[in-house]
Amino acid sequence: MIPIGTIAPDFTLYAAPDQKLQLSQLKGRKVILAFYPADWSPVCGSQMNLYNEMEDYFVRYDAQLLGISVDSRWCHAAYREQNDFFFPLLADFEPKGAVSKMYEAYDESTGESCRVLYIIDEEGVIIWNYLSPIDENPGADGIFRVLEHSQALKTIEL
Amino acid sequence: MTDLIPAVNSNDHVYGNPGAPLELVEYGDYECPFCGRAYPIVKSIQEKLGEDLKFVFRNFPLRKIHPNAYPAAIATEAAALQGKFWEMHDIIFENQRTLEPEYIFAFASRLGLDMARFQKDIQDEDLYLKARKDFESGMKSGVNRTPTFFVNGRKFNGDWSTGQLFRYLECELDRIAVEKEAMGS
Repeated sequence: MIPIGTIAPDFTLYAAPDQKLQLSQLKGRKVILAFYPADWSPVCGSQMNLYNEMEDYFVRYDAQLLGISVDSRWCHAAYREQNDFFFPLLADFEPKGAVSKMYEAYDESTGESCRVLYIIDEEGVIIWNYLSPIDENPGADGIFRVLEHSQALKTIEL
Repeated sequence: MTDLIPAVNSNDHVYGNPGAPLELVEYGDYECPFCGRAYPIVKSIQEKLGEDLKFVFRNFPLRKIHPNAYPAAIATEAAALQGKFWEMHDIIFENQRTLEPEYIFAFASRLGLDMARFQKDIQDEDLYLKARKDFESGMKSGVNRTPTFFVNGRKFNGDWSTGQLFRYLECELDRIAVEKEAMGS
């Protein structure tokens, strides 16, 4: 993983079949990058379905959630529609896994992204990272502890 | 990453001996088939441990994939206002494949609830907020699937479906007894 305190490397990926997203466009907001191995993993334990229940919490902290895997934009579009995800899924598809590799979140043996989370602050700095065992849904407690904490710090600064 | 936040408190529905040495908390979703499978397992654990166990159920409905889970959770809270939380909880898990509103009303009627009051209560904003609070607490406690269990405030990471949960509780009970003895001597 890229260490905390590093400027998050910029990238541009498809966020929908006809739309690209550049990370640096999101400056001024917090960003959660959720690398995950593949679309269509079993539902009940699925990390993305869990996050999908938390839209109001992400809104509360003005945080943009982005899922990333090596699946293509068309696969993502179908997966997103099927599950009614409120957040975009980025296609790290061509060149395959380039962004995952840049974020040290790529598993060469499977050709998939690892289950890695990053939180990037309003200035584009990585403030948290977490590598989860591949078969384990990391849940959301870590993410929200960081979001709450940085919100509290902001309140003190004001 | 594995502690129950907040600890069991007066907002929770507690089944069994409130002073029991063992506290089992389940985060569950009424429409989740895994929770349905866990239901008889928890029942048998409750039977076996008797007075040594208190059981708490908190709501963790995944609304988008289980559209009936949240309304079912509200129904249990409305039933709780008439002292029938666990009766509604049980009847829902025992009839998990039919949770559409007409069935929920049939359950309420079968439980002998005051239907006019039930109908009014299920629209009560406070009940929605309560279920949502349960969800939020689960999120903060590291719930990553349903069911997720906590034993005496710590997340149980084993396999609940194989008898491991019961054995874990038994070990915990032994450990507490030994600790108590050591404190006493």
